[in-house]
Amino acid sequence: MGNWLLPLPVILPLATALLTMVSWRRPRVQGLIAGASLGALLAVSTALLGLVWTEGTQRTSFGGWPAPFGIEFAVDPLGAAMVSITALMGATAALFSLGDADPGTPSPTLWPLTFALLAGVGGAFVTADLFNLYVWFELMLVASLGLLALGGEPRHLDAALKYFVLNALGTLLLLLAVGYLYGLTGHLGFVPLRGALTDLDGATLGPFVALLVLAILIKAGAFPLCAWLPASYPTLPASLVALFAGLLTKVGIYVLLRLLGGVLPALPAFLTQGLAWVAAATMLVGVLGAAFHWDLRRILAFHIISQIGYMLLGIALLTKAGQVATVFYVIHHIVVKANLFLIAGLVFRMTGTYDLRRAGGLYVARPALALLFAIPALSLVGLPPLSGFWAKLLVLREALAQQQLALAVVALAVGLLTLYSMLKIWLEAFWKPHPDPDWSPPSHVGLTPAYLATGLLAAVTLAFGVMPEPMLQLAERAVETLREAGP
Amino acid sequence: MIWALALAAGAIVGAGVYLSLSRHLLRVVVGVSLIGAAANLVLLAMARATGPEPPVIRAGEVELAAGLDPLPQALVLTAIVIGFSLTCFSLVLVLAIAQRTRDTDGDALRAAEPHPDRDGKPPVEGDA
Repeated sequence: MGNWLLPLPVILPLATALLTMVSWRRPRVQGLIAGASLGALLAVSTALLGLVWTEGTQRTSFGGWPAPFGIEFAVDPLGAAMVSITALMGATAALFSLGDADPGTPSPTLWPLTFALLAGVGGAFVTADLFNLYVWFELMLVASLGLLALGGEPRHLDAALKYFVLNALGTLLLLLAVGYLYGLTGHLGFVPLRGALTDLDGATLGPFVALLVLAILIKAGAFPLCAWLPASYPTLPASLVALFAGLLTKVGIYVLLRLLGGVLPALPAFLTQGLAWVAAATMLVGVLGAAFHWDLRRILAFHIISQIGYMLLGIALLTKAGQVATVFYVIHHIVVKANLFLIAGLVFRMTGTYDLRRAGGLYVARPALALLFAIPALSLVGLPPLSGFWAKLLVLREALAQQQLALAVVALAVGLLTLYSMLKIWLEAFWKPHPDPDWSPPSHVGLTPAYLATGLLAAVTLAFGVMPEPMLQLAERAVETLREAGP
Repeated sequence: MIWALALAAGAIVGAGVYLSLSRHLLRVVVGVSLIGAAANLVLLAMARATGPEPPVIRAGEVELAAGLDPLPQALVLTAIVIGFSLTCFSLVLVLAIAQRTRDTDGDALRAAEPHPDRDGKPPVEGDA
């Protein structure tokens, strides 16, 4: 009976949000509670992953109402993997924030909001109910709005508003789609919904499924609904932007994978083909934005969009191999992208700016930082033997296996442009001499926790790259379970 | 009755989209919350719109022939509460922006994303 473990990825962060709210006058106590809770979250999620791996999907329902009536939580290998990576990201972001690299404005509501965000993310990964999913999306939205507005300067408020409008619209469209699907079937749980939807034909279902997919695409930051992402992320302090960049858009990808892979019946061909081209456009637009910008965080924010395109492509290919590629890609991307934003925070601490034209000289002054940057950067580009190589290889191989030559060419070209924009960061921030000849990096820095956090993530990237087999096994198992029985 | 609900939801979505396409920030957030109201109305309509009969399955029957499905009403309560908090937050946000920048024009809101320079390149941080 390990079912009491299931709600913990939600209850633990929610309880921590409350506790840190109560202790808002005492930052040290808040920090201790947060640290303890993140440690517990890591332990719980690892235990959950082990349990699901040995004993298969775990389910629990609330209030004594069995499956088709009550709200159900279910954790399969995919959900357990996502919960584990969420805990890892929360812990490394917190570790990083102990250092003094780009700390942002101190605020008593920082921890409560962060844990509310983690609760929303965790809830989205463990729920097996469509309306419950909507509630977690709302929790994520409210918490991230609070975190965006925390700085209080005009640029923070501006970012929060831009984030609000499109994301609120996405959440409302999700609510609409949930309402329609309930009206059609009378079910909200993933398993009963899957059973009820197979009886309906594509023409009836098409518009509602399209609405659902549109809502999730807004959340995932797909072209052309991605403008909110580069407008808001760069205003956050480094540890928060790493958390946002690692987790939030990937929740959208996860939900899309879960719904298209395990709940909704096969889509009409034109919709999947459309999704594939949306994926291609997302890749291309994202990387072009990254090539244009000179602000380190803006470049990285646009890279998120471009990488979302690869994950969408894996989903749009619809086969098992495509979905395995997406799962692998998501996990690789969360680690790498969060790490890049953290390292950007370190670069900011060293040079005092995020603008590449004003930075430089770091390769000579801080060679270890340069090496630390090179690992996730080259992984994002997709060079062997790093994790990004396997992720891209899996997506490309499946695209070629399905004779989608044009899509494969776009994916390869985007890889090249990604290399270009990463080279820009490398040449400007690390290789060229600093524009100010008198510049030297600050000597009194408290960066040990920050180096620990980024080093840990870089080690994870290297491990995935050198030994992709366990990760691949996990992805295959996750997709098999997803396709067999739903969540 | 169901037609009245459908028409009302359509009209509210129309008004919401119209308002949220405006350049005035206050209109935008009111528009978004109107779209939310329409979504709630649709959710309510999914409970059917028959009349005042209680949702009780009569003796000898196996399904609810008349009466409203109570579940969407529970759902809509949740959605209303969440929507209310979001509307409050967004109104305060717009108010704070208006107080700090003395401007409510959406096009002028470029604090997080500065305009490109004259040469088409992004502005250098700290120059503006």
